[in-house]
Amino acid sequence: MIGGLFIYNHKGEVLISRVYRDDIGRNAVDAFRVNVIHARQQVRSPVTNIARTSFFHVKRSNIWLAAVTKQNVNAAMVFEFLYKMCDVMTAYFGKISEENIKNNFVLIYELLDEILDFGYPQNSETGALKTFITQTGIKSQSKEEQSQITSQVTGQIGWRREGIKYRRNELFLDVLESVNLLMSPQGQVLSAHVSGRVVMKSYLSGMPECKFGMNDKIVIDKQGKGGGNGCQSIAIDDCTFHQCVRLSKFDAERSISFIPPDGECELMRYRTTKDIILPFRVIPLVREVGRTKLEVKVVIKSNFKPSLLAQKIEVRIPTPLNTSGVQVICMKGKAKYKASENAIVWKIKRMAGMKESQISAEIELLPTNDKKKWARPPISMNFEVPFAPSGLKVRYLKVFEPKLNYSDHDVIKWVRYIGRSGIYETRC
Amino acid sequence: MEWANQLCENRQFGSKMTDSKYFTTTKKGEIFELKAELNSDKKEKKKEAVKKVIASMTVGKDVSALFPDVVNCMQTDNLELKKLVYLYLMNYAKSQPDMAIMAVNTFVKDCEDANPLIRALAVRTMGCIRVDKITEYLCEPLRKCLKDEDPYVRKTAAVCVAKLHDINAQLVEDQGFLDTLKDLISDSNPMVVANAVAALSEIAESHPNSNLLDLNPQSINKLLTALNECTEWGQIFILDCLANYTPRDDRESQSICERVTPRLSHANSAVVLSAVKVLMKFMEMLPKDLDYYSTLLKKLAPPLVTLLSAEPELQYVALRNINLIVQKRPEILKHEMKVFFVKYNDPIYVKLEKLDIMIRLASQANIAQVLAELKEYATEVDVDFVRKAVRAIGRCAIKVEQSAERCVSTLLDLIQTKVNYVVQEAIVVIKDIFRKYPNKYESVIATLCENLDSLDEPEARAAMIWIVGEYAERIDNADELLESFLEGFHDESTQVQLQLLTAIVKLFLKKPTETQELVQQVLSLATQDSDNPDLRDRGYIYWRLLSTDPVAAKEVVLAEKPLISEETDLIEPTLLEELICHIGTLASVYHKPPSAFVEGSRGVMHKRLPARTGSGESTESPDVGTAAGGSAPEAAPSIIPSQGDLLGDLLNLDMAPPTTSGPPPPTTGMQMGGMDLLGGGLDSLLGGDIGGSPAMGAGFGAAPAVMPASLNAPVGGGLGDLFDLGGVGMPMGAYIPPKIVWLPAMKAKGLEISGTFARRAGVIQMELILTNKAMSVMTDFAIQFNRNSFGLAPAGPLQVLTPLGPNQTIEVSLPLSTVGPVMKMDPLNNLQVAVKNNIDVFYFSCQYPISMLFVEDGKMERQVFLATWKDIPNDNESQFQIKDCHLNSDAASSKLQGSNIFTIAKRTVEGQDMLYMSIKLSNGIWVLAELRVQAGNSNYTISLKCRAPEVSQCVFQCYEAVLKN
Repeated sequence: MIGGLFIYNHKGEVLISRVYRDDIGRNAVDAFRVNVIHARQQVRSPVTNIARTSFFHVKRSNIWLAAVTKQNVNAAMVFEFLYKMCDVMTAYFGKISEENIKNNFVLIYELLDEILDFGYPQNSETGALKTFITQTGIKSQSKEEQSQITSQVTGQIGWRREGIKYRRNELFLDVLESVNLLMSPQGQVLSAHVSGRVVMKSYLSGMPECKFGMNDKIVIDKQGKGGGNGCQSIAIDDCTFHQCVRLSKFDAERSISFIPPDGECELMRYRTTKDIILPFRVIPLVREVGRTKLEVKVVIKSNFKPSLLAQKIEVRIPTPLNTSGVQVICMKGKAKYKASENAIVWKIKRMAGMKESQISAEIELLPTNDKKKWARPPISMNFEVPFAPSGLKVRYLKVFEPKLNYSDHDVIKWVRYIGRSGIYETRC
Repeated sequence: MEWANQLCENRQFGSKMTDSKYFTTTKKGEIFELKAELNSDKKEKKKEAVKKVIASMTVGKDVSALFPDVVNCMQTDNLELKKLVYLYLMNYAKSQPDMAIMAVNTFVKDCEDANPLIRALAVRTMGCIRVDKITEYLCEPLRKCLKDEDPYVRKTAAVCVAKLHDINAQLVEDQGFLDTLKDLISDSNPMVVANAVAALSEIAESHPNSNLLDLNPQSINKLLTALNECTEWGQIFILDCLANYTPRDDRESQSICERVTPRLSHANSAVVLSAVKVLMKFMEMLPKDLDYYSTLLKKLAPPLVTLLSAEPELQYVALRNINLIVQKRPEILKHEMKVFFVKYNDPIYVKLEKLDIMIRLASQANIAQVLAELKEYATEVDVDFVRKAVRAIGRCAIKVEQSAERCVSTLLDLIQTKVNYVVQEAIVVIKDIFRKYPNKYESVIATLCENLDSLDEPEARAAMIWIVGEYAERIDNADELLESFLEGFHDESTQVQLQLLTAIVKLFLKKPTETQELVQQVLSLATQDSDNPDLRDRGYIYWRLLSTDPVAAKEVVLAEKPLISEETDLIEPTLLEELICHIGTLASVYHKPPSAFVEGSRGVMHKRLPARTGSGESTESPDVGTAAGGSAPEAAPSIIPSQGDLLGDLLNLDMAPPTTSGPPPPTTGMQMGGMDLLGGGLDSLLGGDIGGSPAMGAGFGAAPAVMPASLNAPVGGGLGDLFDLGGVGMPMGAYIPPKIVWLPAMKAKGLEISGTFARRAGVIQMELILTNKAMSVMTDFAIQFNRNSFGLAPAGPLQVLTPLGPNQTIEVSLPLSTVGPVMKMDPLNNLQVAVKNNIDVFYFSCQYPISMLFVEDGKMERQVFLATWKDIPNDNESQFQIKDCHLNSDAASSKLQGSNIFTIAKRTVEGQDMLYMSIKLSNGIWVLAELRVQAGNSNYTISLKCRAPEVSQCVFQCYEAVLKN
């Protein structure tokens, strides 16, 4: 299991060090600093073996988190734990930065003591942790409170405590998708997929039993065509769920039922590859005029209902390292050559569906004797659209709370769809 | 502390009460000040001081001097302060064991506290204090906590048992904690179950045979129930534990699989991977025609693909595992090629792994797409990545025949870019393509030759030289090209030197007229001016071959080469099976068995996939079991071993096919295993192709007589060297009896020893194969001999460095000396041996061929021979018949010489050859022999004369053994 856990700043100074196993010594702290943080070379692997000791690391801004072990641990678990640890810290004190870590080091030690016992991850749900790791010093809990805490931490529904009350029962569903594309210069789709998340913010009293439905092809087909009421169904390649969802029930009936944690949680993640609506099409044209000049023309076309508006559009056209000057003309928005990023960045605030726009640029190059050809990185794009590119629709989210006197109709529900660009690239 | 001071200077957030200030204590008299503060009456001040102490501890300062003062703060109602003191205790208790006792009372008291959080905290912390004396006090509170009414305390106590076991295993057993822990598997609370499983699994790892977990259908059912209810981490513990279970039959296996599959939709990737591990393992047991089997295969693909949208570090872990899964069951992901396409922003470690998998999944159906991608990658920035991409193109050509032409033209395009490392990499892979498709793409040689000057890496140079040598007849200026390399011969790496030597010899055999000078030059460079034994030996072999029998030389050097296999760098099947059992763990990331990187006994146990035991197929199962167990050679011969390949060496295939993964495991045990595999392969191949060819045998056999006397010694040694490498008996070497079982496993608690004796380069060696057929790991091997006739004794300790796991085999060769104590044995060549390991001492006796004792300087002067023969009384002469021997006298003589039986003279009388021979034993005894061979008669007569007639019988046995083998 995990033998020790260290947090370093960007210089490699230790901010937190907690050792769980006897086989990990203080020298392990230095070994990682010398061999990984101070190594000249780029990190070639997130797992490093130094003198029979294995180091797993993740980086958050300029903070390094490293888990150390001498055993054959479950590597996937170690990384999941490190991510979880970041989540917990963020939930307690916001951004993970050197300053925040130093300001909260006592808290972090307390958390580490709780969520990792002898290197075994324990309950690390923030909701549960916040009930008893408070940093407000002693809190004289009554006997009932104490047993409520312990039963929640160890219980079957470790993510929610009992006795939550709201005057207004409300829930928000966000369908957040990121659409990924790799397109050849000729406009052929090399790969495209949507990875989506359903994020739920719930403010519901009691222990509400929820049921979530969407236009999943398998479910719609099962119900027969009559029940489809014209709703387009989508094929979901795969999905994963928050631990509150009853997986065996999903496996058997494909129904998504759960008791949600209070507040925000990521209910579901999914991935689709079929019938994706690609919101934008990028058509590049690069011409080399002699050895010292490039002509670039890029057309973007929006491909969705004219009534919808895309926002925060940004097209990034890479330029060679030996660029000396750039002239840009664009029809819409603003474009700038950013020498430090080796790219022309073209920004458009808003763009309606079924429109097109164009940019042309002349790039002057310094003559070089570097034989190596310019690698021509792909043109990438960022945007945000108010629909789900996968075509996913929420059909219902029903809430039952048998013990309290509110019904599904009393709950105010909000649904929102946001499609964002993931890695949306066109080769040129 | 520098940052701490800086922080102090620009602290804009000073108004807020923050903890960072504790990092900024003044340096002078710090400890003294802290001491005062710790003993302050004010609670707040105390707490502040403890925080400062912890901050100093974190940055690595030694604050152990404050031990008593900090421990004094332990008695408090303030939970936060208490936790801080505990943290301090855990760090320093070990260095101050006596002081740590002071804390015991508080712990014991806290374990009785009304608040379950305090009880759990106490038992958790106590387990972390690794002081022997404390553990005694820990037992009682722990016993109570294991039965506590609160599940939070129980789940903490469960882990505490594992902690205590780590400190004092005996104590845990004596106190019966293991039984209590086992009971917790049936606890009502899922988290208690999960922690108990985790603790038991860890303890079981250090007791491979203990059957601690005692998994049976009932307990499995309990685990599967808990699986649905516990936290994500608990699910991982349970799944990892389930993976160690072997279901009784396919039906049980299927029902477990059905209950595990829902986990594939869990948001936690580790849960998913552990579920995949269980499924991959249990699937082995399902009959392939079962509908459920194909359903399961289909269910596995989507979650594996989903892992690729996780964070990059997890993607890396997932990809390393997918690499294994694809090798084991290629059908799962065969349609998912696109998801492995590299993204521009992927970290380099993800890119490299994806590339590996792309090649494995490449097939005729998707090759066009793959090639287009690879071509893109070859223009990227990262040098390693680009190289790998170029190599990948070559491997596609080898794998998918239909694409070979396109691959070659893509490679030529890449060579045109003139980017140095791209060109070199391309040439290396083109060499492999030539090997795979002989006489098909040689038209590109001209292009390759243009780039000769830009090659600066040994591998690329060697590849190019190989190409020139191999196709010398089609390259007009081959001799000039090779000559140009010869100028800096001594500055080249060994790889290039060897290749150049071979290439020039090939050239000579193909165009003998113009290149005689060149070949002379390279042979003398290799044999006279080089310090490298490999190079020298190869030089001598060629020299002798060329000088004695050019026809044979042609047959050997220009022999047809075996085709290279399509799949390179596959993981060896037994290792792959073991790694599949370790999916998700570090072993699967390193692609090495845990024993290669875990110290001590943990993880040494080798896991293997279950054999299929369907109701109808139970008869077949033992076979499957053994095949999985460790006899890799069955599958191996089709794959040419890729590294250090002796056969390749001789057949001038110097460069192994491209290899990227699988660094050789560092343990000697593993390397020995590898050698064995090689030896086996070589043996059979040589036996078929070379050993059987008479031309070859004659070429070698006649050589020593023709060789100039001065060369005799080095060549002999060199040859021995060369052939000894793989432990392979060549027809010409000293006779080595086949290995026989000396000590059956039945008699030695599972240790089986078989072996033989050999004399190599003047050293007597006992060659042993140790096989562990028991269930537990064997260590601490040692060997001793009883006194024996010739004073044989081990010249060194038995070199078994790594523990021998169950079903593991190790080959050891033990050099022997002849200076040990002497006692006459009956029979004379009997040897009594004692072998000890961690389990017991075992005795066995074996007989060594006396030819082991024949020394190299046993050739007597003719005159001396005559005189001695006369001198020995006729009573000492004994006569024997050797029947059914079909060698002629010359062949017999050369064969015997291999075993240091030297022919001094030969006389032919009336069609009967009389050979006079001498032998010297290691203890100085001379044996003289007269061998009579009559043409057409397969019965030989041998007369032996010796001053110690007792040895005659043994010597005769040797004659018989040598001549008949």
